Amino acid sequence: MRFSRFKALLATAAVLVVLPFVLPNNFMLDIAIRIAFAAVAAIGLNVLMGFAGQISIGHAGFLAIGAYGSAIAATRFGWPPLLAIPAAAALCAVLAWVIAKPILRLKGHSLTMATLGLGLIVNIVLINEVGVTGGPDGMAAPPLEVAGFALVDLRHWYVVAAVVLWLVILLSLNLYDSPCGRALRGLHGAEVAARVVGVDVALFKTRAFVMSAVLASVSGSLTAHYVGFISPQMASFAHSVELATMVVLGGMASTFGAVLGAALLTMLPQLLGGLHGYESILFGLILMLTMMFLPRGIVPTLALKLGRKR
Amino acid sequence: MLAVESLTRTFGGVAAVSDVSFSVRKGHVHAVIGPNGAGKTTLFNLISGVYTPSAGTVKLDGEDIGGHAPDQLARKGMSRTFQNLQVCMNMTALENVMLGAHLRCRSGILGSLLGLTRRADAALREASIAAMDFVGVGAWRDAHATQLSFGVLKRLEIARALQAGPRLLLLDEPAAGLNDSETHEMTALIRRIAEDGVTVLLVEHDMKMVMSISDHIVVMDQGRKLAEGDAAAVRKNPDVIAAYLGAEE
Repeated sequence: MRFSRFKALLATAAVLVVLPFVLPNNFMLDIAIRIAFAAVAAIGLNVLMGFAGQISIGHAGFLAIGAYGSAIAATRFGWPPLLAIPAAAALCAVLAWVIAKPILRLKGHSLTMATLGLGLIVNIVLINEVGVTGGPDGMAAPPLEVAGFALVDLRHWYVVAAVVLWLVILLSLNLYDSPCGRALRGLHGAEVAARVVGVDVALFKTRAFVMSAVLASVSGSLTAHYVGFISPQMASFAHSVELATMVVLGGMASTFGAVLGAALLTMLPQLLGGLHGYESILFGLILMLTMMFLPRGIVPTLALKLGRKR
Repeated sequence: MLAVESLTRTFGGVAAVSDVSFSVRKGHVHAVIGPNGAGKTTLFNLISGVYTPSAGTVKLDGEDIGGHAPDQLARKGMSRTFQNLQVCMNMTALENVMLGAHLRCRSGILGSLLGLTRRADAALREASIAAMDFVGVGAWRDAHATQLSFGVLKRLEIARALQAGPRLLLLDEPAAGLNDSETHEMTALIRRIAEDGVTVLLVEHDMKMVMSISDHIVVMDQGRKLAEGDAAAVRKNPDVIAAYLGAEE
């Protein structure tokens, strides 16, 4: 990476601090918060897709488990959301591990197929278990409470979103330049080469899958508590594709690419309000065009262009 | 140190390697030669765990390692390079070499996420730069792997393999695709590696190189071992002359 980790984090912190003062109204602030939460999931998925090169087309399933898990624990069992969020994340971690462990012994695209199945199953369960999940109508999620203080004000939520996003960026940048990160990127670049230097490929792919599932879950939980209402739409195939598009559009293996991808794809439907219902077509189109004209994604392509000029 | 006994591998009835036996002595440079299709690379893939043997055994220090996964073999001190380069093109040259030291790193999730490996990484960086200097590609330390030429990548692979700290280094056609002067440098590099106490087993086409650096040569033809011995003995062997040397001259 051309910029040092420290400078990048400092710049990110500066942008996150200045942003609420620059945004003209609450509508924009609301979008910024949604972007931050989507970016958490995208950064996680980037660890799986961008670092390790494993494609998931069912990550919305983990997002929905995070959202519903934390909402159900909070409303039906009276758990405090701050406890429900890590509990849902732990559930996703275990689930991801159980799915990945046997499948990653096989070669090829079996993990991708399994994620597709996972997304569909979660979606169907959420629709059918009306008693617990509210079925197709969805359910309400209580607001987040921090030390007895319920978050309802947008500005308070912004602080939470900004802090969480910054921390997740920090973790992701740390991972990129670490032995674990190099092993993940190495097995993506040349799997045999990674194996002959001792990388247990199945183990590291499993780790990437678990990390991405946990971040998707946290993103889902926070979104649920923020929006206050969730529906099975969250686990839809279209949503999984949207998450994957964020990573591919922003740039594979680029943390800031994932953030940019999340920002673009979250803003797009707002900008194109008239296209309501056709977003998935748009996302598919963006995915195709990116693969054709920007196969590296936006951020790595720009970094390469700027690097050459220097 | 390494003992190959009646090793056989068949692909759909065709025996690519058939009943091959030889042993590798610690500290020596060993070579496997033979015409195209003789089964050299298959033999290499069997020893390094990329393929599973159909029959026969591979023993490393007396322990049967046939069918062990490559990452397990790396733990036992075996590392290798590839004829068709296997360099991570999504990483920088230096990162590729640092990846070689994977087994010596704390590669747990938490330490990596929290940045606890940073200090160890700085030391690893220095060691990896030293390894790049050792193989003669230190000038490209900041380059991205995609920017490097074939000759540089070949040596980068060796630097990566050395960073794994192997006792036994397998080189798959280290001189293939190199011009005369590059081959000369590669020969000198392999000598230096052997002098550092790493046992080398290589597969090679370039006879001049093989003859000049090998302590022991195994000649293969059509999946079988044709002859073995030191350079002088192999050169005189009538079977070898008929099958390989003679055919070339």
